[in-house]
Amino acid sequence: MKKILILGAGTGGTIMANKLRKALDREEWDITIVDKHKTHYYQPGFLFIPFGIYNKQDVIKPKADFIPAGVNIIYSDIDKIVPDNNKVLLEGGKALNYDFLIVATGTRVDPAETPGLKDELWQKEIFDFYTVEGAVALREFFETWQGGRLVMNIAELPFKCPVAPLEFVFLADEYFTKAGIRDKVDITYVTPLPGAFTKPKSTKMLGELLNEKNITVIPDFYLERVDNKEKKIKSYDGQEVPFDVLAIVPVNKGDDMIERSGMGDDLNFIPTDKHTLRSEKYENIFVLGDASNIPTSKAGSVVHFAADVLFDNIQCAIKGRELRAKFDGHANCYIETGFGKGSLIDFNYETEPLPGTYPLPGIGPFGLLQNTKMNHYGKVIFRWIYWHILLKGKELPIENEMTMAGKKR
Amino acid sequence: MTQKTVAGVNLEVTDDGYLVDSSQWTEKIAKEIAKEENIELNDKHFEVIKFIRENADSGLTIRKVGKSGVVDIKGFYDLFPGGPLKMSTKIAGIQKPSSCV
Repeated sequence: MKKILILGAGTGGTIMANKLRKALDREEWDITIVDKHKTHYYQPGFLFIPFGIYNKQDVIKPKADFIPAGVNIIYSDIDKIVPDNNKVLLEGGKALNYDFLIVATGTRVDPAETPGLKDELWQKEIFDFYTVEGAVALREFFETWQGGRLVMNIAELPFKCPVAPLEFVFLADEYFTKAGIRDKVDITYVTPLPGAFTKPKSTKMLGELLNEKNITVIPDFYLERVDNKEKKIKSYDGQEVPFDVLAIVPVNKGDDMIERSGMGDDLNFIPTDKHTLRSEKYENIFVLGDASNIPTSKAGSVVHFAADVLFDNIQCAIKGRELRAKFDGHANCYIETGFGKGSLIDFNYETEPLPGTYPLPGIGPFGLLQNTKMNHYGKVIFRWIYWHILLKGKELPIENEMTMAGKKR
Repeated sequence: MTQKTVAGVNLEVTDDGYLVDSSQWTEKIAKEIAKEENIELNDKHFEVIKFIRENADSGLTIRKVGKSGVVDIKGFYDLFPGGPLKMSTKIAGIQKPSSCV
């Protein structure tokens, strides 16, 4: 019996377990997936929790519901990968051997990386919304807040779901407007990027939208530390921004297990071939999604597109053939912009987000780099698609490779 | 893309002033580009520039330079005030780092 081992039962690992179990002979291939948690989180939903749009129950389901019959699931911490021996050690010493390994252990926030962040104000006046605990604590804070300076800051690049902090300030603008205290809330967006986003066209569109909504942008701010006494964030080059409540995207890092295995870069992301998705160092190790260092967004849509490529390449690798499929870095992100509207961006390694329609050229129904009600519905419906279609590895009526059709330069 | 004469050499540069062909780079060119950014290059600058040129293909970040052992992040800001990575890569004659998010 040959063995495929998947580390991490998040979006990527779960999709791969479903795809591979369907395709591979059960008599020939044993598939095992390992994760430390029993709960699957719908992470795009975290964003809505601080504003009371979703609650905790809306974003959680048991992981076991999504792992197909015929796949062994082990709930355990992982000690480390021993790539030279084709072996993974679990906490407690149990060893799992593999012929092929898929690492899909994701990225996580590490507030301890920034001095003063996980200090006395943590979860009191400083919150993240990348954990369900942070998102729920922030909702409780917002429910009775009287207004003041709300600062949204990104500590380091790259980070998971690069549009989330933008969506956060757009939704905050709506939330405090409806609460009748928008005039008492000063919203500032503080980012290490040179503008609202990375590439020229989307930066312009999103920058204008922020301006329209009276949200101040402070670019080129690289966070050094948080001063809990003065309630200020301070950058390496001496800039200071005062806050009454700070929403933060802490430094993102790959799993500690990657570091223990000696396989990561300085942020524990695994050096990975950006086209084949194979580890740069080990022939029988593949890396899916946020755990890799490929230069595209860390986001569920990327994992979903990359899973198709990885599936093809694993088939090639199993047969001892050259890896045929090439990932293009495709990402597709809905951006909630508040008041029942949304925007949408679609891009890859080579092509920046451009205006147009998606997925059908000239028809849509979604508008790229446009602010429409339909885009918002897309995001709302996506939660259902995620649980019922995407995680189970079923086909969606969109291509994994980005297309120029429907886009305007 | 535009043509530009720097230190007597005719160079092709991008719209925001980055060398297209990194192999044309010389220390003289670096000094001249730095002057346009109001920076007088010293030995420490060149140590950092050396690290940056050697690691041009590795997805450079401010954090990575800060962990290089050549300079810490604060020192990096002191050498290249404002946007240290943007400025140092320009002076080092390599591609503008694309911030991937």
